[in-house]
Amino acid sequence: MSWETVIGLEVHVQINTKTKAFCGCSTEFGADPNSQTCPVCLGMPGQLPVLNMEAARKSVLTGLAINGTINLESKFDRKNYFYPDLPKGYQITQFPVPIVELGHLDIPVGDGEKRIGITRIHMEEDAGKSMHEGLDGVSHIDLNRSGVPLMEIVSEPDMRNADEAIAYLKQLHQLILFLGVSGANMEKGQFRCDANVSVHQPGTPLGTRSELKNMNSFRFIKQAIDYEVNRQIELIEDGGEVAQETRLYDSVKGETRPMRSKEEAHDYRYFPEPDLPPLRISQQEVEAIKAGMPELPGQLRARFESEFGLSSYDADVLTQTRELAGWYESLVAAHPADPKRCANWLANELLGRLKEMETDVADSPVSAHKLAGLLDRIADNTISGKSAKDVLDAMMASGDDADAIIEAKGLKQVSDSGAIDEMILKVMADNPQQLEQFRAGKDKLMGFFVGQVMKASRGQANPAMVNQRLKELLKA
Amino acid sequence: MDIDVHKVAMLSRIRLTDDEAAELGPQLNSILGYVDNLQQVNTDGVVETAHPHDAAMPLRSDVVSNGNRRDDLQSPAPKTESGLYVVPKVIE
Repeated sequence: MSWETVIGLEVHVQINTKTKAFCGCSTEFGADPNSQTCPVCLGMPGQLPVLNMEAARKSVLTGLAINGTINLESKFDRKNYFYPDLPKGYQITQFPVPIVELGHLDIPVGDGEKRIGITRIHMEEDAGKSMHEGLDGVSHIDLNRSGVPLMEIVSEPDMRNADEAIAYLKQLHQLILFLGVSGANMEKGQFRCDANVSVHQPGTPLGTRSELKNMNSFRFIKQAIDYEVNRQIELIEDGGEVAQETRLYDSVKGETRPMRSKEEAHDYRYFPEPDLPPLRISQQEVEAIKAGMPELPGQLRARFESEFGLSSYDADVLTQTRELAGWYESLVAAHPADPKRCANWLANELLGRLKEMETDVADSPVSAHKLAGLLDRIADNTISGKSAKDVLDAMMASGDDADAIIEAKGLKQVSDSGAIDEMILKVMADNPQQLEQFRAGKDKLMGFFVGQVMKASRGQANPAMVNQRLKELLKA
Repeated sequence: MDIDVHKVAMLSRIRLTDDEAAELGPQLNSILGYVDNLQQVNTDGVVETAHPHDAAMPLRSDVVSNGNRRDDLQSPAPKTESGLYVVPKVIE
């Protein structure tokens, strides 16, 4: 039997405002427990919420970036459930009329692209944090996160396998970072994903879906979806039926399991939030937000290809983050002669070394300006590309600039034709037999002579000059 | 329409005795019956009233205006430990 997988994704993105969605408490991560709360986010009686305009602005910006429709009037609702990290007993969210509807994101699939529909983006507030581990009979609650603004971005069920789901999430994650609307740090819970997964046979109605939760890395999301797809297929092929349920991914066991009934018993009884009148945004405000749209990943890639002549692969690597793209542009500004060389040295040499150090360009010990200094020395033949790699290693370790290291290590490339001629003549004198064979027509001995001369120069002779002078002197 | 009083009570975390449930059941059902009457009205083409006041939402600037008032705010809590609220275990 052939099965088709159908995946829709719900992504919760913490909006990086300074204050919470409905009160003036700080959202700073990692503060002392419950030090950033007030009567509003603690759900004290009689307190009234007032929406943070920055949360609304960033939601609209995100909506525009996915080509969504901005609802100039949207509404807030209450989603009711009891859990100790939700002090009001309800979450303020947007149910029938969210701030953004009907957008899309194009994701890379194979050599082409696939368009994934985005049903809606709505604003809501985060809950607090519960801690259970290592506690006997009790749970601990920190409400610093209670009321932090979220965007929930809901996709259409347009993905057909885990790889497409991951491609969508990575594309969305990158977009969110470029827009600067969230830190999107998955470990800190700033970018959280739930997956709705079902299987069916093509041409038949969609299967019953299960909702997967508790996945905090791209790797775990892929593992969870793959596991769940196999589980559902085996279940159906064995004559069973998929239950519509919420399942948690256990990354240690590598499997999904149903949430206990107590954790999921929900009947949210949505109703309009009486404390908040409708959110109205004018078309002029939307236009002003649109005017402040930063350059997005796709535009940046295209510009790097056309402006700097980069391959699509290099352009893709160098636009992974806004910081990296900015770093590359600083490098090109300091070494404008050869943007391609800049791309190679940044993408292949510097990033590789930074990866080993488990850091990124923002904390690179070698600045763009200093790397440009090294590339200048390659361009003017002071050093070979090969010894430049050693110089870069030394720069990474000491933070010194290229010239100081070249000088201290005596790496200056020999481009003095007199000195090179001297070395060549000595090699010829030391190897009379090979010289005779070469002159008798054994051309491939050229490589032998190049090697000998480079060895004599301890790798410092300019290889292009060695080649040229050898050709002339050997024939003489 | 017949309401499940115990389920509604559970969703609202209200403890009801069987006597109370027996008394409240018919009352809630009569309220729902009244709402059913309202549902009969044809509202095609009528814009939903999102809020009783025809006011747009006032917005707040994104400026921190609350400091740390933990001691004060936690004073009514039945139990706290190292600044955390202590509650009966949520996950069994």
